[in-house]
Amino acid sequence: MRHRRRWTSCAVVGALSVTLVLSAGWGAVAQGAEPIKIGFGMALTGGLAANGKAALIGMQLWAEDVNKKGGILGRPVELVYYDDQTKGATVPGIYTKLLDVDKVNFVVSGYGTNLIAPAMPIVMERKLVFPALFGLANNEKLNYPGYFQIMPAGPRPALDWTATFYELAIKQTPRPQTVAIVGADAEYPHNAMAGARENIKRLGFKLVYDSTYPPTTVDFTPIVRSIKALDPDIVAVYSYPPDSAGMVLAAHEVGLRPKMFGAGMVGLQFAALLTKLGPKLNGIVNYDFWVPEPTLRFPGIEEFLQRYQAKAASAGVDPLGYYLPPWAYAYLQVLAQAIEGTKSLDQQKVADYIHKTEFDTIVGKVRFGANGEWLQPRVLQIQFQGIETTDIEQFKQPGKRPVLYPEKYKSGNLIYPYAKAKIQ
Amino acid sequence: MLSLDLLANAVVAGILLGGFYAAVSLGVSIAFGLLDIVNIAHPVFVMLGAYAAYVTNTAFGLDPIVAGVVFTPVFYGIGVVVYRVYYVSFEKKGQESLRGLVFFFGVLFIVEVGLTLKYGVDYRLVEAAYIGESLQIGPVGIAFRLLVPGVVAVLLTLALYLYLGKTFVGRAIQAVSQDSLALRLVGADPVKVKRVAFGLAIATASLAGALLIMIGPVEPSMNREYIGRVFAVAVLGGMGSVGGTLVAAVILGVAESLTSTFFGPSWSVAVSFGLLLLVLAVRPAGLFGR
Repeated sequence: MRHRRRWTSCAVVGALSVTLVLSAGWGAVAQGAEPIKIGFGMALTGGLAANGKAALIGMQLWAEDVNKKGGILGRPVELVYYDDQTKGATVPGIYTKLLDVDKVNFVVSGYGTNLIAPAMPIVMERKLVFPALFGLANNEKLNYPGYFQIMPAGPRPALDWTATFYELAIKQTPRPQTVAIVGADAEYPHNAMAGARENIKRLGFKLVYDSTYPPTTVDFTPIVRSIKALDPDIVAVYSYPPDSAGMVLAAHEVGLRPKMFGAGMVGLQFAALLTKLGPKLNGIVNYDFWVPEPTLRFPGIEEFLQRYQAKAASAGVDPLGYYLPPWAYAYLQVLAQAIEGTKSLDQQKVADYIHKTEFDTIVGKVRFGANGEWLQPRVLQIQFQGIETTDIEQFKQPGKRPVLYPEKYKSGNLIYPYAKAKIQ
Repeated sequence: MLSLDLLANAVVAGILLGGFYAAVSLGVSIAFGLLDIVNIAHPVFVMLGAYAAYVTNTAFGLDPIVAGVVFTPVFYGIGVVVYRVYYVSFEKKGQESLRGLVFFFGVLFIVEVGLTLKYGVDYRLVEAAYIGESLQIGPVGIAFRLLVPGVVAVLLTLALYLYLGKTFVGRAIQAVSQDSLALRLVGADPVKVKRVAFGLAIATASLAGALLIMIGPVEPSMNREYIGRVFAVAVLGGMGSVGGTLVAAVILGVAESLTSTFFGPSWSVAVSFGLLLLVLAVRPAGLFGR
């Protein structure tokens, strides 16, 4: 009896082992080579999550596309990511885990100046190439050669990023004289306002109000009132989504009507605020990087946006996807093309390649300068015009957000002063 | 540069803002002030109320205040259930302080993540005819977006104050906070009374949430920004004093508003909390504390 049982168990173990070995072998053949892992933290919850989740969809579409075409260097790509909760404090832990535990081959940044900054010490210490997504002037003081910023701010990011708004202003008649700048107490507005102050001085404007507010401010009417009391010609705001909405609403209620209003309000690019603020946006001149205007039809972008929009609807993220997703796709395109170009995973070789190459991406041709920023700035100034309803479809067509500056991409004219653009 | 216009506007805006802070803090004033329950999840219930208003506003075009009132009984029910769990798990065994706090931390994250999973992380706003419009009385311009929450908050505080002071159950709630053993000795069940009180505390979150989403856009993790504020208001006002909560909130709101207008908004939070420290140094029980 015992003898038989022993043979039976041996047979079972044997059969199991053979099955396991076969299936492992089978699996290996089907998958091909070991994947190239690209790791990052991304804001999937917290203040910037609306953008972060949209960016993630763009990145996942990229991974799909790359794997469909056979991967990079014959290996599939795999995205390894964690939620940074829009909290800088989580970033060092996340990147340490990605590198030491998940053993990713490359890291890219999360979204936002405040979330890129804490990752810099780690990538610098380990000498990694670091494509970054929409951070303002993160490398200015560090001058790290492995940093590459896909946001087209330009070689002197804070200056170039804020310049176009003021350069547009000096061309107007009557020429505006006084400027009020205001922003949230956080890394991005700080960098932007520093750049703004220099541009204001350079172009001969007079700065009459210069203040920051705590990011958790609930009521913006006192701030807007004290600005209105000074009657500035230009009001420039550098804010994040909740405060952008707060400032627009407060400006509307207080009746703030400078000659030009806008500048650096993050959040006015997304469907959520576009559709809720609607006509209150008319006349605001704000920065943007891509709008559905005829002067910006880069190859591949419209097809990408259609695929993105199909996924976004079910994922509960920005249904338009113009602001961040194409750039999230593009910064991975740059990395992939560099890996293919050098035929290696060596961080230094890839970084050197990126420095000296012009890339073809869905956001057009990309060329980096020595500090990792774009060689040529491409910050657009758009103006909200003719919005009468809160319908979302109007924002998918050209016309509601014409590009005013720079000349190369201009698709409409500035309505000046601001009050003229108000329909109500 | 003290312009009377600007001063008047700042004070009025501050009062309205204070009213709103009071609405959000009332629940904590009851739960923490009267029942000694450190409910740090209260702001997330306010967020839940905001989302309830958002959903009904988007689906049926319901005015957010109406939604807030309609959902109040639902939130009362939620409060009763949460208290029941808290009582059975912690209070009955006398382990309420630290473990109870951890329990409410857990509730906070469950509700926050639940909201994130269901509604995503995009900012949500409501639409109503009066949002974006303002009223002009002489030199003072008042945005309806702030006027309505301010007025509703004052009415809510008044209602709660009358309930606690004049009705039988209300007085029982005040009694249980004073001496629950004595209450038991006169034949009332302190647990039942506390259940009603906690239910009331969470019920206020429904309307407070509706007011919150009227003022500005919301997303689930915003609740954590309010934890400090609501406890500061409750403590400053004096533990368990509903009227004190309103006064404290208005003081903080006006301080914030005046600082914002005349000294620069970056100082407003520092001034508010500086005031709190000052008052507590002089009067540790808070303004109207026992």
